[in-house]
Amino acid sequence: MRFLFDSNTWQEIFGSIGKNKTRTIITIVGVLWGIFIYIALAGSAKGLDNGFEKEFQSVAMNSMFVWAMRTSMPYDGYKTGRSLQLKLQDAETIKNRVPAIQYIAPRNAKGVFGGEKANIVRGQKTGSYAIYGDFPVYTKISTKKIYDGGRFINDEDIEQSRKVCVIGERTQKELFEKDENPIGGYVRVDNIYFQVIGVHKYTPGGGFESDGDIFIPFTTYKKLYNTGNNVDFFSIAAYDDADVVKAEADVKAILKSEHHVDPKDERAFGSFNLGEMFGKIMGFARGMTFMSLVVGIATILAGVIGIGNILLISVKERTKELGVRRALGATPKEVRSQIILESVFLTMVAGIMGIILGAGVLKLVGYLTKDIDMPYTNPTVPIPYVIGALLIMVILGTLIGLIPAQRAVSIKPIDALREE
Amino acid sequence: MIEIKNLHKSYKMGSNTLHVLKGINFSIDEGELVAIMGSSGSGKSTLLNILGMLDEADSGDYTLDGVPIKNLDETKAAKYRNKFLGFVFQSFNLINYKSAMENVALPLYYQKVGRKERQEKALKYLEQVGLKEWAGHLPSELSGGQKQRVAIARAMAAEPKVLLADEPTGALDSKTSYEVMDLIQKINDAGNTILVVTHEPDIANMCKRIVHLKDGVIVEDKKIKQVRASAYV
Repeated sequence: MRFLFDSNTWQEIFGSIGKNKTRTIITIVGVLWGIFIYIALAGSAKGLDNGFEKEFQSVAMNSMFVWAMRTSMPYDGYKTGRSLQLKLQDAETIKNRVPAIQYIAPRNAKGVFGGEKANIVRGQKTGSYAIYGDFPVYTKISTKKIYDGGRFINDEDIEQSRKVCVIGERTQKELFEKDENPIGGYVRVDNIYFQVIGVHKYTPGGGFESDGDIFIPFTTYKKLYNTGNNVDFFSIAAYDDADVVKAEADVKAILKSEHHVDPKDERAFGSFNLGEMFGKIMGFARGMTFMSLVVGIATILAGVIGIGNILLISVKERTKELGVRRALGATPKEVRSQIILESVFLTMVAGIMGIILGAGVLKLVGYLTKDIDMPYTNPTVPIPYVIGALLIMVILGTLIGLIPAQRAVSIKPIDALREE
Repeated sequence: MIEIKNLHKSYKMGSNTLHVLKGINFSIDEGELVAIMGSSGSGKSTLLNILGMLDEADSGDYTLDGVPIKNLDETKAAKYRNKFLGFVFQSFNLINYKSAMENVALPLYYQKVGRKERQEKALKYLEQVGLKEWAGHLPSELSGGQKQRVAIARAMAAEPKVLLADEPTGALDSKTSYEVMDLIQKINDAGNTILVVTHEPDIANMCKRIVHLKDGVIVEDKKIKQVRASAYV
């Protein structure tokens, strides 16, 4: 160990590395390239990972949608092909009977899955947009960013069936003047005047919503379109640690029993499980990370083997030098340590340069893709990966250095000296 | 200083065994300058290699400065070489990417001498061989005679008990050869024990004693009147 911290040792190693410049550079390039690929790949995979996570950040990761369809089996005296209709009270039943569920938001919509879009008029300007009847709890499941000065629907809006609406940023652009404050303004929604209480910011990804959506209180929607207690679909969020797939099955089982549907009828209720989708996509991202790790480490390995190869050749070239050193009193251990240290040192220098270069390129890519619409955000390499890579390099550098080192000492000094 | 008794050495060449040294007996006292002569194949280089612990004898005793040399592993041999012996080779064997001074300092590095002291000593020995102003030059920038003088300085730097020179003038023209021999004689005058392997009679005559080897045995061992190399320079 003392040998490692002896400045004389390092002078000897710097001497031998520094004086064989071509060899040193070629050696370094191999490992540098390997670690660079590793860092670039791992960072990109991480960027992809971050990107997906950002795409989904507006929606609870463990949320799902459930809607009603037609039965496909006769059951309980009802014939097949019966249209089903979700009711407001189903929400209460589900919430009470599935403990995994944290929030459930009954929703009505028009102009999304069917029905006509609502006609919105303001003065001379008109537009048609999808309209939703919502409860305040909806924002717990799908975050709605509301621009300053505005708000989302609240409990009092529901109680009093207020004629208030939250409009999208596109609607604002199309119906209001540029510097006009839309909050407090009035728009006519299918011939009823509504006061605008907020403008929501559109966050892309994870759903069917758009930047032109209009949200009104559920109770107002009910009166406006005469829907009674009908619900088009439920947005449901399970607790963070809950099994979303099981919750989804539970919800559908309860709905089947409530609506007199054969438990085996798979087509009576439809559902879309974001949690499951998210899991799949994250699985893909994880797969990418794993791939990049494998490829990166394989590349490093190739680089280190390259170092070993070059050192082996250089040991052959230096047979005489090593013979002289041993004639002058270098012990086999000293010769061996020198070769191994050269190997490790070269690997480390190359590795650190590769890391710096890789980090630079990642930064550049991150900067260039900042405004491009693709799931790629903040590509970074976690520190443990970097430390792991360095560790791998030291270990591999030592192991690979062992081969030329052993070769160097296996030649008798007398034979080494005789070599011309 | 050196005691050799009944030294045997043979090499296996395929199915044949080549008996190179067939029982060598001789001793060298401190301060001697001995030439080992013989034609090629007489075993003189093998003898030198055994003396230099670069090779091991099959049988026989070898005592160096009172220390019996046997059953050496590489590590022990390296330590003894570093402590007892200085080598001068026919082809100089300087390390080509190190300057003259660094080359001279190398055995001191293996003696774990500090950097500063190493450099001072190296410069001192370079000065003794008259190459102080060439300290920073690489071997490729030196002439053959200069290289051999650097090699001699390197051999002396470790302050060895015995200096072993294997054909030190073999790669040099006669004028440079005499300069190198002059240097070797001066080192000997200072009290150092030196062994020179050569096949050139004029070089051998510049030593104080000639040991003649033929077919693995000593055929002649005589003290001679030394011819001073400085007469030719």
